[in-house]
Amino acid sequence: MTDILKPRDEQDVSEAVARALAEEKTLEIVGHGSKRAIGRAAQTDMTLDLSKLSGIELYEPEELILSAKAGTPIAEIEKALARNEQELAFEPMDCAPLLGGKPGRGTLGGMIAVNLSGPRRVKAGAMRDFALGFQAVSGRGEQFKAGGRVVKNVTGYDLPKFVAGSWGTLAVVTQATIKVLPRSEAVETVLVLGLDDTRAVEAMSAAMGSSCEVSGAAHLPQEIAQQLSIIPVAAAGRSVTALRLEGIPVSIAYRKDKLQKLLAPFGELGKLGPRDSRSFWRAMRDATPFADETQNPVWRVSTSPSEAPRVAAAIRTSTKAEIFFDWAGGLLWVRMPGKAAEEWSVRSALAGRGHALLIRADPAVRASAQVFEPLEPGLAAISKRLKESFDPKGVLNPGRMYAGI
Amino acid sequence: MVAMPALDQDVLARRAEIVAALRAIVPGEGVIDSEVGMRPYESDGLTAYRQLPMVVVLPETTGQVSRVLRYCHEHGVKVVPRGSGTSLSGGALPLGDGVLLGLSKFNRVLDIDYANRVAVVQPGVTNLGVSNAVASQGFYYAPDPSSQIACSIGGNVAENSGGVHCLKYGMTTNNILGVEMVLIDGEIVRIGGKHLDSGGYDLLALVCGSEGLLGVVTEITVRILKKPETARAVLVGFPSSEQAGDCVAKIIGAGIIPGGMEMMDRPAIHAAEAFVHAGYPLDVEALLIVELDGPEAEVDHLLERVSEIAQSCGSTVLRASTSEEERLKFWAGRKAAFPAVGRIAPDYYCMDGTIPRAKLPLVLARMRELSEQYGLQVANVFHAGDGNLHPLILYDANKADELERAEKFGADILRLCVEVGGVLTGEHGVGVEKRDLMPTMFSEIDLNQQQRVKCAFDARGLLNPGKVFPTLHRCAELGRMHVHGGNVPFPDIPRF
Repeated sequence: MTDILKPRDEQDVSEAVARALAEEKTLEIVGHGSKRAIGRAAQTDMTLDLSKLSGIELYEPEELILSAKAGTPIAEIEKALARNEQELAFEPMDCAPLLGGKPGRGTLGGMIAVNLSGPRRVKAGAMRDFALGFQAVSGRGEQFKAGGRVVKNVTGYDLPKFVAGSWGTLAVVTQATIKVLPRSEAVETVLVLGLDDTRAVEAMSAAMGSSCEVSGAAHLPQEIAQQLSIIPVAAAGRSVTALRLEGIPVSIAYRKDKLQKLLAPFGELGKLGPRDSRSFWRAMRDATPFADETQNPVWRVSTSPSEAPRVAAAIRTSTKAEIFFDWAGGLLWVRMPGKAAEEWSVRSALAGRGHALLIRADPAVRASAQVFEPLEPGLAAISKRLKESFDPKGVLNPGRMYAGI
Repeated sequence: MVAMPALDQDVLARRAEIVAALRAIVPGEGVIDSEVGMRPYESDGLTAYRQLPMVVVLPETTGQVSRVLRYCHEHGVKVVPRGSGTSLSGGALPLGDGVLLGLSKFNRVLDIDYANRVAVVQPGVTNLGVSNAVASQGFYYAPDPSSQIACSIGGNVAENSGGVHCLKYGMTTNNILGVEMVLIDGEIVRIGGKHLDSGGYDLLALVCGSEGLLGVVTEITVRILKKPETARAVLVGFPSSEQAGDCVAKIIGAGIIPGGMEMMDRPAIHAAEAFVHAGYPLDVEALLIVELDGPEAEVDHLLERVSEIAQSCGSTVLRASTSEEERLKFWAGRKAAFPAVGRIAPDYYCMDGTIPRAKLPLVLARMRELSEQYGLQVANVFHAGDGNLHPLILYDANKADELERAEKFGADILRLCVEVGGVLTGEHGVGVEKRDLMPTMFSEIDLNQQQRVKCAFDARGLLNPGKVFPTLHRCAELGRMHVHGGNVPFPDIPRF
């Protein structure tokens, strides 16, 4: 049975890493474990469970910053922010609908480790854009820090952003400072009905390239739209392209009018009120359309919006996969019809113009596929050297992203 | 003054050979080795520091950059990359035994892709040049450092430059998607592209703000944005900087993120007004410029709320711009604050710390004491929204010891910033200037980990050495790790 270590403070974390080093053991770094099923199927000797390292340490709404221990539940952070009309603007994904498990789980540390941002990515930026500073323990067992607790800082390399999305392979973050932003007063969504992928991306591109300040742009083919439990979307009987507007009501009213005029030539328009909007964009954030309680492989593919229709068509032709689009076309969610990951089809369709993450698949499938985007030799060599610079003995989440990293 | 690494006499002895080899790679006038020709490159925006390079090379293609770097790597020659040379921290200060690699000939906009809202540009294009290239379609590139007319986009990437609008729109790192970069051994790599986020490690996060220590960027993919429909600025004067600071906090606390929010103290207001005649009130202790942008209805609404907040904080002057011309005039004073201060003193030294905004009154009070202690005046401009402080220390380099006093004064200010929970540099970079202050913010372990990152890109330490890190360690020494086989520091089952 795997040993589970539950550190109470940073000192315990460094002792745990030191122990692993001394015993030549490897550690799996875990918060709530809500994203544990993502990544290469790697074996570790011990589990380092950070869930006891919990609590908000500093929250200054007027400075737009929040510092908390790594094991602090995201839900607790969001609750504290909501009391001050603030939020995590990058909309961290709740993986429960897609991967199973209880919804609303996940910790600050896990959120940073995966850098999975939601629909507002296109306007507000990714999780990494909000990473300001951290304290961590490296794979050398050393406690170190980087960044700061202010929103503007260029002192030293930007390790807080670099560590975001490194899946716990570089360091065990024990405390982090993130930027927070005011929450919008109101939200509405403009829909365009019946567009094919190409026209939908054109419509989303026109919207994003306007001054309407669109904060979400997604496209659902009919067969996916009709499964949603949001009536105006499901009942459309056609594909649905959705554009989100947020802000103060007087501004939304003006921008909605402008956006509707801009989009009218594309097709019939519809709309979602505040309540349906919130449900819809939450569903996009969490890839709920593919929350089917199966382990059929799901890919999360990032490409440039104008490549998206071609990439989607190529994948569909060879695999019969179902696909929907977020990030104005820049993000494709791809669900395979069977158990096979169809990696070659996905990667050859993408042809290096972006990256694809096999975000859901059972362990056997993950064991035989490249879960993360394969790296060009030059970047692979740098990545390996960077891994070694933080974790020379490969103690922390070894192999979670790539073999040897 | 900060000491630079000792000159490598062996390299200097081979100078003629090195120049000839570089000429074989970059033909014609692309290699400059005469003293008079190299003189313009002896300094950057941190003019207190001057040093002629061993030789200047101005390549025109990525292939040439690659071959120059490969040659330097093989022959143990140091390289200092340079864009437009506007760095305020000495990031492009040459080395007497090094090649100065200028990217000024990389000045083309390669691709404008409105459908994906990106532009692909070469590093020598100016910051404003990027915005100008897309202005005809109503787009712009958001980060706008005050030097934007001259500074290059490649330099912006190296320094992770900000500007007055980065409170709302982010710094360089938040606005670029990809780069082509040449490593010190000549290998050309592409990081990112037109898509969002990274499939593996976020190398772009490291490269942006790396101050020319990791590689030479030869192409950049930037995000472009549609210009807001309207922008209006409001001037707000206060009898004290405490009240101005309070007003800034209350605006953000009310959920308003202005496009820009700047503060100036009395000396800065007077200098700017005398220089630009922006219409600033002269009978106030602190002046805020708050810019709101977006649809007209939104801007009007927010302007009203900002005005209410300002009045509740005790503002004595409140004036909103009524035309685009007036708005630009309000900004002209702020953007010309540095040269304006340059008119009232022979020299000035610009600092760049960031503080938690709530500490502003404390920091300003301490700064007044330091000003008396050092016998030097100081004017303050402040990116108030994000706590980034630019104290300008006035001095006269021709007077004995004034530069030294100014540097000590500046160092004290930066230590103070760190002491109150802030950082050494918000947007100008560490460079040479703040290099030796790094230990006030970071422990040796912190700095060693950062240097190991450098080692992963440049194990021989040939790219821009002498910048950022106060002590240079050999990479082999940093990489070593002792795991004490039988002598484990924590032999027992952990106590938790």
